[in-house]
Amino acid sequence: MANLDDLYREIILDHYRTPRNRGELPTPPATRVEGFNPLCGDEITLYLELADGRLADIKMTGRGCSISQASASLMGAAVKGKALAEVRAALERFRQLMTVTETRLDEGGEPETPDVRSLGELAALAGVVKFPVRIKCAMLAWTTLAQGLDEAPAD
Amino acid sequence: MTSYSPSRVRADVPQFHREVHGRPLTYLDSASSTLPPRAVIEAMDRYYERHHANVHRGVYLTAEEATADYEGARAAVARFINAPGGAEEVVFTKNTTESFNLLARSWGASRLKPGDVVVVTEMEHHANVVPWFQLRESHGIEVRFVPVGDDYRLDLSHADQLLDGAKLLSVTGMSNVLGTRNDLAALARLAHAHGALLAVDGAQSVAHGSSDVARDGIDFLAFSGHKMLGPTGIGVLWARHSLLEAMPPFLGGGGMIADVRTDGFTPAHGVARFEAGTPPIAEAVGLHAAIRYLEGLGPDAVEAHERELTRDALERLERTFAGRVRVIGPRDVADRGGVLSLDVDGVHPHDVAQVLDQHGVCVRPGHHCAKPLMHRFGLAATARASFGPYSLARDTDALLEGLGHALDLFA
Repeated sequence: MANLDDLYREIILDHYRTPRNRGELPTPPATRVEGFNPLCGDEITLYLELADGRLADIKMTGRGCSISQASASLMGAAVKGKALAEVRAALERFRQLMTVTETRLDEGGEPETPDVRSLGELAALAGVVKFPVRIKCAMLAWTTLAQGLDEAPAD
Repeated sequence: MTSYSPSRVRADVPQFHREVHGRPLTYLDSASSTLPPRAVIEAMDRYYERHHANVHRGVYLTAEEATADYEGARAAVARFINAPGGAEEVVFTKNTTESFNLLARSWGASRLKPGDVVVVTEMEHHANVVPWFQLRESHGIEVRFVPVGDDYRLDLSHADQLLDGAKLLSVTGMSNVLGTRNDLAALARLAHAHGALLAVDGAQSVAHGSSDVARDGIDFLAFSGHKMLGPTGIGVLWARHSLLEAMPPFLGGGGMIADVRTDGFTPAHGVARFEAGTPPIAEAVGLHAAIRYLEGLGPDAVEAHERELTRDALERLERTFAGRVRVIGPRDVADRGGVLSLDVDGVHPHDVAQVLDQHGVCVRPGHHCAKPLMHRFGLAATARASFGPYSLARDTDALLEGLGHALDLFA
């Protein structure tokens, strides 16, 4: 059974209390993109600076629950400086991690434990999938990042 | 005379017989949805096992039984809210939201002209805001808001200006965020004095006290079955007969017609023309059972019990947390229902609710589909605890224990 420690791992609380990459970047050259979670009023604003096919810099502002804000902070740490192809691959891996598998009708079966070895610190968020309502919180920064990458002018 | 006992209601609700996370269920989310008693579930089971058939079609025995069940539920609703024109004023919908969409798209779209004014309030659920905004886009009406004061009650000091030229005042019977109850009889007089009609969102008020459309002099009432111990998937729009009669159909299809030819159609008479397609029959039966059950408890007794629980909870929250947990809503329980919107110092409502869940405590985090109100008070969200007819003081014990844990974990 899912319990609170699966969700509020120490690393998540750490990123919530001390978020990384907070702040803004001048636009342009950076792209500014906003995301909202209408469910709980979480907000995130990302500033993405793309250069030479890389996500050269990322900064963020926002407010929301521990999961949305920690996920944003962990995401920034994971994708900053990476080649865009790697960023998109990380996005896809994270999306898969946050996907609920079909459950049995009779007793709401437990989803399989995903393989998190390639995710590094992000693996701390793997427990979120056991709390399906919170998936949107964890995904907010990532869907906003995907939107930003699509909107950013190709360099 | 009723002999209402909250513990007996609790025993009647099957879900209270399960545990969550190894603890007893502390259900404090009745403003979202109430938990149905066994009588409601059994009535629906019995319907499906014995009587199910489509309504208003077949002439065989079970089709007649199903039709009698469905129309009988309509009559029960009419009695429950004291509809002066009886069952012919009761339209079944899917929920309160659909009821407001029906009101806006049928009454609104046919009666309102560009520049006509609909007045709502800052404490409305989106269900009583967005359909009017949609009508603003399609028909050029004007939507005005009655502000909410710092005392969490409607500020009617500029009501005369706001209602000038208004065709409709549409307000909630009880705020799903603040718990504030509005004086519907006074609002009806106010609206009528300005030549406007009064529509009421009864979603939060119908299960927590008596509803009487004739006594209050209101013109439209919308509510949902699942917030009054009934099932999901059924709601009601009640409209005064003279108004309903002039309203055109909103959804087209089977069941709502008198005739269809290759060159057009003629809508059915009466409420049937608002109920296109096979209606929620089992849900109507469940709603009927819920009404009987609520009447057995006595609406006034339920209201008094929930008021006492609210008074006690407000006092203990204040005493235990000394300002670290703020209640967004009136302090005075006189015109207030059992909804406690909590703002916990330094802890996001979603995290509050998640920690409470581990204590078996169900509350609702979020903006409660009332964003204008959230903006008004500068909040993104609250954690909302709300009482029902089965709530007990020990639910507040569990709430306080969980809130203490949340403060410890995130502080």
